[in-house]
Amino acid sequence: MSPLRKWCARRSVPLLLLAVCLGLMAFLSVRTQSFFSLKNVVNILEANSYRLILACGMMCVIASGAIDLSAGSILSFSAIGAAMAMRAGAPVWLAILLALALGTAMGAVNGLIIHLTRINALIITLGTSFLYRGMSLIATRGIPITKLPQGFRDFGFGDVFGMESGVTMSFLVVLVLIPFFYHMRWGAYVTALGGNPEALKRSGVSTGRYRISVFALMGALAALAGIIITARLNSAEANAGLDMEMDAICAVIMGGTALRGGSGSLLGTVIAVFLLGLIRNGLTILSVSSYYQQFITGALLLCAVAAAELRERGRRTG
Amino acid sequence: MGETILSVKGIAKRFGHIQALRDATLEVARGSITALVGDNGSGKSTLIQILSGNLLPDRGEIQVGEACCHGLTIRRAMALGIRTVYQDLALDDCKTSVENIFLGSELTRGPFLDRRAMAREARRLLEEIHVEIPDLTEPVGRLSGGQRQGLAIARALRRPGELLLLDEPTAAMGIQESHSTLRLLAGLRDRGMTLLIISHNLHQVFALADYIYVLRAGRVLTGTATGDTTVDALQEQILRREREEDRL
Ligand SMILES: Nc1ncnc2c1ncn2[C@@H]1O[C@H](COP(=O)(O)OP(=O)(O)OP(=O)(O)O)[C@@H](O)[C@H]1O
Ligand SMILES: [Mg+2]
Repeated sequence: MSPLRKWCARRSVPLLLLAVCLGLMAFLSVRTQSFFSLKNVVNILEANSYRLILACGMMCVIASGAIDLSAGSILSFSAIGAAMAMRAGAPVWLAILLALALGTAMGAVNGLIIHLTRINALIITLGTSFLYRGMSLIATRGIPITKLPQGFRDFGFGDVFGMESGVTMSFLVVLVLIPFFYHMRWGAYVTALGGNPEALKRSGVSTGRYRISVFALMGALAALAGIIITARLNSAEANAGLDMEMDAICAVIMGGTALRGGSGSLLGTVIAVFLLGLIRNGLTILSVSSYYQQFITGALLLCAVAAAELRERGRRTG
Repeated sequence: MGETILSVKGIAKRFGHIQALRDATLEVARGSITALVGDNGSGKSTLIQILSGNLLPDRGEIQVGEACCHGLTIRRAMALGIRTVYQDLALDDCKTSVENIFLGSELTRGPFLDRRAMAREARRLLEEIHVEIPDLTEPVGRLSGGQRQGLAIARALRRPGELLLLDEPTAAMGIQESHSTLRLLAGLRDRGMTLLIISHNLHQVFALADYIYVLRAGRVLTGTATGDTTVDALQEQILRREREEDRL
């Protein structure tokens, strides 16, 4: 096989998604005069920056053979922590550090429990998702924390290269993850946790470190997403981030990362997040009722998974 | 028998109500090939896993060179120069041949993986042990059983060490592959390495080993130099012991 064909074969899912994206964009720009503007692409990026950040963390977790259902709850509680700190007079930078620290700690707790008990991550993070969400509700008594300092709100709308700062942050996250995930030991060991944790252990690597760090990363990224959302809404709420981990899981799987773990596709995840955003945006432009959105997203996810599965079977038998 | 490099005394290991090892006692001489034979479920793999630090024994003592300990951790075993080819091979099917060979001991340039150097080294290693894998950048999940065993052996040989534990290393190999593997193992002994090898193939064992231990129901029954026994005698011995145990 020629190197180019091999490159393409390995990235068939992202390439397919990209083709769908381009087709959709072409269709939309024919149907509506307004669509194919750079501004609209920027809009999509802005509206989905926090989704991209969450999905990147989720991709690493899924590649490690686990799943994190508590990401949305971590998002909410770390943002509430930051908001409460600012209301108590803490400077913005400290509040942001606090949010990141809270998110990292909550993620690390997930990883630690999973490593120590060896119980399925699905169950553990289902439990901690209620736990962390409960902490948010207890801390706020269900009342949103609003009127945040201007310096913090800039995080939502601050202008970097003509885009919201969230876009820059999400790109930074992707750029930093590429070397860590693909070109360093961290990524090799995290994916080995999904592929064969016993093999990793027997080659003398302490698996707990990587199990905990991948969940801690997910927590930190959830906190970052929480900061962006809270800054944009100017309000920290206990219900923030509800079901967002599901969106993230959806994008990761659609992007070609297998749920069983062992490997992951960052490129596929990025494109899948964009595609999902594009669909949301396109339906709005076409004034299709938002009731159809979930239906179409679900159908697309099923198609993507079916395509990946068929390809995998074809490989095994062919 | 030469200088003892590994000595195991009274090792016992229990899994729930299964007593996998009762009293495993054996000695391995430096620079020799020692074989461990026994029926399915006699505790051979359990012993290998204890010696690799993957399992902790309930009782007993392990002495490696000068170091004496009750149990080993994986890192400690590695530091003592013990390398293992596990029965299940411990390969990550999602990773490529190169990545599997180097799992846990990657070559790096600064903080980054040096894939080119690893690929070069992997090719050299596999060539040396006559394992043919057409594409080293494909996931190993689709390789044949023999190719996978070749990879596991290559990985064990990659790290420096003087004691190599092999749990049925040629079980899935064809005639030609197992012959070249056996030649390789004999060559390793000639280079001064010590090998402890598990095999069900008594003829193979006789062709290769200097010393043979028989394990039966978690107990080491006999240890004999290969020259002092024959395949038939050994087989007869195993069977007789079996009948004795049945009577008990
Ligand atoms: N992790 C474990 N948990 C429970 N029982 C185990 C475990 N590992 C081994 N055993 C049991 O211990 C006994 C010895 O197993 P072991 O794998 O050491 O046998 P073996 O001599 O290697 O057999 P084979 O020739 O089939 O490889 C068996 O009865 C097995 O069922
Ligand atoms: Mg065995």
